[in-house]
Order: sequence, then C-alpha cells, then structure tokens
Amino acid sequence: MSITRRDFLRLSGVTAAGAFFGGVSFLSGCKSAPDKLQGTRESTTICPYCGVGCGLIVSTRNGKIVNIEGDPDHPINQGSLCSKGSALFQISDNPRRLSKVQYRKPYGTEWEEISWEQAVKMIARRVKDTRDATFIENENGVTVNRCAGIASLGGAALDNEECYALSKFARMLGITYLEHQARI
Amino acid sequence: MTNHWIDVKNADVVLVMGSNAAENHPISFRWVQKAKDERGAKLIVVDPRFTKSAALADLYAPLRPGSDLAFLGGIVNYALENDRIQKEYVLEYTNASYLVNPDFRFNDGLFSGYNAATKSYDTKSWTYQLDDKGIPKQDRTLKDPNCVFQLLKKHYSRYTPEKVELSTGCPRETFLKVAELFTSTHKPDKVATIMYAMGTTQHTVGTQNVRIYAVLQLLMGNMGLAGGGINALRGESNVQGSTDAGLLWHILPGYIPSPVAKAHPNLEAYLKATTPKTNDPRSINWWSNRPKYLISMLKAWFGDAATKENDFCYDWLPKAHKPVPYITLFEDMYAGQLKGAFYMGTNPIVGGPNANRTARGMENLDWLVAVDLWETDSSIFWKRPGANPARIKTEVFLLPAAASFEKEGSVSNSGRWAQWRYKAQNPPGVAKSDLDMLDMIYRELKALYQKEGGRFADPILKLVWNYTEPGEHEASPHLVAKEINGYDYKTKKLMKSFMDLKDDGSTACGDWIYAGSYTEKGNMMARRGAKDASNKIGMFPEWSWCWPLNRRIIYNRAAVNRKGEPWDKNRWVVKWTGSAWKGDIVDGGPAAGPDAKNPFIMNAEGVGKLFSRDLVDGPFPEHYEPMETPVANIFSSQRMNPAAKALDSLKGDFGDAGRFPYIGTSYRVVEHWQAGAMTRNLPWLAELVPDMFCEISPTLAKAKGIKNGDRVRIFNSRGSIGAYALVTERVQPLKVQGKMVEMIGMIWHFGHGCGVSGDSCNQLTPSIGDANTNIPEFKAFLVDIRKEA
Repeated sequence: MSITRRDFLRLSGVTAAGAFFGGVSFLSGCKSAPDKLQGTRESTTICPYCGVGCGLIVSTRNGKIVNIEGDPDHPINQGSLCSKGSALFQISDNPRRLSKVQYRKPYGTEWEEISWEQAVKMIARRVKDTRDATFIENENGVTVNRCAGIASLGGAALDNEECYALSKFARMLGITYLEHQARI
Repeated sequence: MTNHWIDVKNADVVLVMGSNAAENHPISFRWVQKAKDERGAKLIVVDPRFTKSAALADLYAPLRPGSDLAFLGGIVNYALENDRIQKEYVLEYTNASYLVNPDFRFNDGLFSGYNAATKSYDTKSWTYQLDDKGIPKQDRTLKDPNCVFQLLKKHYSRYTPEKVELSTGCPRETFLKVAELFTSTHKPDKVATIMYAMGTTQHTVGTQNVRIYAVLQLLMGNMGLAGGGINALRGESNVQGSTDAGLLWHILPGYIPSPVAKAHPNLEAYLKATTPKTNDPRSINWWSNRPKYLISMLKAWFGDAATKENDFCYDWLPKAHKPVPYITLFEDMYAGQLKGAFYMGTNPIVGGPNANRTARGMENLDWLVAVDLWETDSSIFWKRPGANPARIKTEVFLLPAAASFEKEGSVSNSGRWAQWRYKAQNPPGVAKSDLDMLDMIYRELKALYQKEGGRFADPILKLVWNYTEPGEHEASPHLVAKEINGYDYKTKKLMKSFMDLKDDGSTACGDWIYAGSYTEKGNMMARRGAKDASNKIGMFPEWSWCWPLNRRIIYNRAAVNRKGEPWDKNRWVVKWTGSAWKGDIVDGGPAAGPDAKNPFIMNAEGVGKLFSRDLVDGPFPEHYEPMETPVANIFSSQRMNPAAKALDSLKGDFGDAGRFPYIGTSYRVVEHWQAGAMTRNLPWLAELVPDMFCEISPTLAKAKGIKNGDRVRIFNSRGSIGAYALVTERVQPLKVQGKMVEMIGMIWHFGHGCGVSGDSCNQLTPSIGDANTNIPEFKAFLVDIRKEA
C-alpha cells in the first residue's frame, strides 16, 4: 500500500469528510494490525471532555463503533489520551444511554414514553403559553421585549453550531435568563 | 487562552496556579514536560494541596484557599522593589507612565468613590489626566507620584514577604523562591506562562485574581510572546465556544454586550454607551468596530425585516431588567418567578452552588425540558432522595441526545481552535442532535404563532432560520456554520474575514469572531494540515482554524519591540520586515507597522492596563477574605470584597468559623468529569472512583478520631453530606496568623443519579459570587466534620 492512513486522513481532511474505508490499520509505530480494526470505516473526532481538544480516531463496522483511540496525527495529543478520553468508547455502547423520549407528568411517580411528535407539540405549546403569559413589551417607557417566565441553561457540551442556534433561539423568544457552565 | 496548548513548550517558567492541569487537563502536561525536558524550563505549582501537578513541580508552594491575591500581590511587590521588570516593554506597552486623576485615593481597603449603601463604586476618579487633545498625559520618567507606576508601587508596597506569610500560610522562604523564579522572566528573552483554571476564578475576588496575572505578565513583558500569556484552561470541550456564542445573560455572540433596559433604551444609546472612543492616533481601538458586528448579527438573525429605518430590529433583542447570572436565576426560580426551563446538557443540582436550595427551587417550575445522553441528577430531581414525587408539580420532558461522535459540528478548545467532528454512527433509538431538537421546536412554535397569533410574534415569524438542505429532514450544521461565518447579504458569498463587515445592513454575520471559519474555500475548521509556520514555534496554522482570523497567539504585536524586532529571535511570533509582517497573523491588521500602533488593540488606550477602570471592585487587585473565612484580613479593615454582594434572600445562608471551623474547597479527579453524568455512567471510570470522598490531613484526622477509609459527615448551615475520608499528607494544615488552619478537600462529581452515586459536595457551597462575574465561591467556604457512627 503506497499511502499510509496518516497521509490519507491528511489528504481527505477537507473534501472527504475525514472518513474512509481502511483495509489495514496503520497505528503509529505499530506494525501488526489488530484484527478488530480489519475492514472498519474510520473518521476523526475531538474529545468531548476537557478543553484541551485532543483528537481521536473512531472506527465503525456496519455502522456501529467498534473502537476509539487517540489520533497520532493530532498536533496536540499526538495519539495519547487520558483516562476519560480512553474510555470514550463506553459512551458509544452503553445501556444507560437514553433511546426514547420520556415524559413525567405533574405529580407523576415515573417516566412515560412518548413520541417526538407528541413531545414537540407539547413543548411548543408550553413555551408559547408561558411566553404569552409572562411577556413584557415595555417597562418604564423602554421597549424591553422580554419573556420573564422562561430560563435556558447549558451549552458547554454542545457543538458551536448548536450553541449559536440556542443563543439565537433564546433571544428570539425574549429570554434573558440565559446562563451556562461558564458562569459556574 | 491568549496562547494555546502546544505553545506551553516555549516557556522558560510555567506557573500553574488555581489549576491542577496534570489531573484535569492531563494532555496539557505533555507540553509542560516538553518545556522542562527540552528547554530546561522550571515548573512552579502554587496550590493548597500537593496535587498531581505539584508532584511534577520544580518548586511547590502551599497557600491557604482564598489567599491568592496576598501571594500574587507579594510577587508584584517583589518585582517592583527589586527592579525585576522588563522596563522597555513596561514603558512602551503598558499605561505605567499615564497620569491618574489626582482625586484617586486608596485608603484602608477602599478605593475612592465607594458607596457603602449600594456596596458599589463611582469610578469617576479612576481616570487619567488628559491633555488638550483628550489624550492621557504621561510621565515617561515614571517618577510623577500620580503616574500609574508610582501608584502601583505604593499599593503593593504593603504586600511584604512577612505579610504574605501571615496571610497565606506559605513559609516566607518558599514564597521568596517563587517570586525570584517567576520574576527571572523579566529579561526580554525569558518568558513565563501562567496556566490557571477555576481555582483562580471561583472566589469573591475571582476576576481580580485573573487581573493580577495580567499585571504580572505585563511587568515581566510576557504578553504576546511565544511561551507566555495568560492561559485559562477550560474544563469542558466547548465551554470556550458556548461563551463565544453568547450563552450568558450579559453577552451576545462575539462578546457584544447584551442590551439592558436602563442604559440602552435604543440603538443610538446602545452604540454610544458600548463603542469606546480614543483620541490617541496610536490606538487601534478595535471595539470601535462594534456597530458593524452588532448590525451584521441582527441582519443574520432578522434578515429582510432588519432595516436602517427600524434600527435593524434592535428592539427585538430582549433587555434584562437586572443582572441575572446563575445565582440570581436560581433565586428567582426559588421565588417562583420562572415557570419553564430548558436544560441543554447541564446538571445544576450537582454543578451549581447550594444544591439543596437549587433542587427545592426546581419544584416551582411548571415545566422542564432536559436534553441529555442520560438521566441526570437534575432531570430526576422529582424523585431525588427525600423528595415526594406526588407533591411535585413540574412536568418534565427528557429528550435523548446524540453524543459528540453521532452528529457533525465543531468545538472550540481553550486555545480557540475550532475543530470539526464527524458522525461515526447513528445515535441510539430515536435520539437526535440538539440542533435537530431546536429546529423541530422552533418550527412547531412558529406554526403555532402563525395560526393563533400571540404576544410580540414578529421575531418568531420573521427569524432567519433555514437550516435544512432541500430534500433533507434534519438541520445541517454546515448551514449554521456558514451563517456564523457571515456572508454578503446581496450576493450570499461567504465572508473571508470580519475586516469586510459593514454597519449598513449589507453584510450578515452570526458571530464576527468566527468570520473566516467557513469561507468560499470551504470548511476551515476541518483542516488537517500538519505543516508548522515559518517561525517553527508549534502554531500549526493549517490545522483546524482558530479565532480571530486564525491568529494563534493574540496580542502578538507585543512580541516585538518598537522597531519590530522579536524580543527573542529564537522563538519569534511575528516580525516586521520594514514593510510587512511575517509569522503569525498580526493583531490589528497588517498595514500598520510596530511603531505606528500600540499592541493591545482591544483596549481604548492600546496599551496594557496596570491600572484599570474596567472592573467594579477596584483599579488595582486588592486582597480581601472569602465570604466565609476562619482568619482576619491583615491588609485592611475590609474583611471581604466590599463590592461583592449576597442577595437579600440569601443573607441568613452563611456560616462563621465559630460554628464551622474548617475551610472547605472543591476539586476534580482525572477519572471523572464535571457533574459526573459523562463518567459515573461508564463502567471503567465508575470502577476507578466509585464513591464520594474527601481529603483531610493526618493532624485533622487525629484530632477528630478519623481513620483512612472511615465514613465521615461534612456539614454546614446549607447542607450535610456523607463521604469516605482519605487521610493524606498531601493535605497539610497551614500556620496562619499564629493558628493552624485545616482544610477539607472534596471532589464535586457526585450526585444521586447515574451509574454510581454519592452525596454532592455542592450541597455545602455558598451562593455568593465574584463582584464582577458572579462566579460562585466554590473554592473557599466553611464546614465542620465528624466521624459517622
């Protein structure tokens, strides 16, 4: 093979969404390819834990993640990972992950399963009713256009595009009670 | 970070203070170690505990939690008394020579203008003397008693090594070794970096703790240089990006202030109040561009509806009636003023202060929408230990979210690198990305307003929100990223840089600091170029993309002298060839040479501020005790920060050393992360640290009859928690003002949901925040401890 995995990822970075089919795995300085990576599709990711921003390679087979390890080409971590980054695989395959939309009714003692359609309809209804009931257009002669009854928290675990959309969404509603992990 | 992770390798001295990077940002220590191995750099760790970082240090100094400013003020004094400053840099690139208003005073812990009734300052005396052109007067000899340099010297002359020892508990000899080593970087070709985290910020004086780093780094001439700067180590993968996006009550995307009712009634008043002016021809004053950034954002949000005639829909932005930071938000929830809430991947019952009160406050919500990968302690607050679900009215929607590798998008690390991630597998079951959820809820809400009308429907009906590609059902992060980057409104061509943004509505840009991240050339954040830049200092400018404009080290104009020559030729960041800049993307635009413009482009003065009017609690950082403290403030009769305020409703919530004699402090371990849902649910990590523990010294253990591994109870007026005791010499009592002060260290990862559970340390932490940011004082509070029967 005339092209190493490192080269391939480098070349494919912008155009091929960083993913490719690897027949043989070329781990940094490791000649014997582990069997578990035979025939996997690989893509890159960035660790979701601390703010160092280490790179990882995610290997999937038949659409399912089978391995995650440090990206040797990443200039910050150069393949190494801490205990949390090394355990990232256990998020991809974990029985505690939520797979359904859950609802707890007022005074309810347990979760009930509902559909996305139901959930989105119910949430939009509550947002509208609360916004309409607590909206303040004008205060002491100043236009304030504020929704006084709704808060939004969180965002540090979201992607940039999601954070921006949330920031815009919240302001559109008139929310000023807008905070996240950066304050704590 | 002003610099970035790899750049730590360029330092001669690394000061790790208010952080435990070896534990909490482990990979950063590759670069600390590289600096040690290859440059012979020295590592200083200042921390109340002998941490994993301390174990690798050349010099470790202990200090009492909450005494950082006494320690650092002592280093400022040492530098000034011993003439260990970078004089040319200080004279050229700081306001040391500027003359201050003769009405400015400092007396017994209070700066001039203090109002005891409002606990706030009138800052009109914290100003410069101006010449007839409106430019600050200077005394370039630095001898005028009213110049910043002399005022600084006078202020910190009180921070003697004796006082440092008396306040911090750090032995004088150890403190002097730290001062000597750190200030060894005052030479132009020696550089120190500072790596800090929440140990610095989570205090009632947190912002001043950071500001004194700036004072020190300016005096040493370490800002803008490779291996220098002030580097905030962010604890979450995208807390940099979420802050950049303005997910805080007080800022819009790109650090544009949120409008507030009183000061900003209309666009004209807003722009007048928030756009700084300068008469100094040497000042670039970058924030004079603010109108372009705000108006381009309004155009990105409200599109055709935003016109010059209607102030580009400025009135559609909500205006807060008062500051509503985290603590205030939860007090208003406790008081029943909030009816509904969104929790987007956040777990406040574990992560916020005064957790028992937070949980009770949540019972007042009518509805809660929680979005997460798992059940969190907060989304099941209605069935937490001691709660009766049958009495809690709150409707809860728990929406299953995709994990980081189950969707596409970018995250920004501490070094401001925005890095693209790819989707590797589908999320479990019906789980979706947060972006998809917001998209679905927005579209449903818009339909409701279209059908029924409602209060002020315009922003909802006219919002620009087209994030679905034709023929697709799911929102595309690429379309959002392009809007963040910005585009020409007419041609829709993507912006190359924020230099082209306009304030006339002809450009749209969601977040100006990200302009250039996704251009007509493609997604710059996805780049994987491995080539280093011509200066070979590890900037890797073709790897991903960093804001602003892919500039890897900010304030880099300060990396050269007025002739444009690097302070150190062997690790130069930028240099001036006489007609052009080489190296990193130079700050403030490439046209102006080093002598024409000042380097600190975000300050109206253009120079670094040793004296600053920007903070509410004083122009010089001054030591005050935490809200809860077992000792006196030996520097003045002001016990705590006179501008830090507790909310009226919380006044009875604090304790004193008579009842709770030990200092409590909180921290993290490498096996867990933040509020724990992302690690307590993983078998490998849960097995490594399966339960809540605290660390105490052998002396406290002996005094309280506690043995290693015993169950203990830690308590104060806010709560009572159980934990395992880890008796360790890593924690030592410190002699402060003649008495031995003991500390109880607690991890804060635990709560009562998730795979493994335990009591939350934050049941004990106080709801009082820093005077400027309102970040809670998690790092120094009072508790008592006993062995559990």
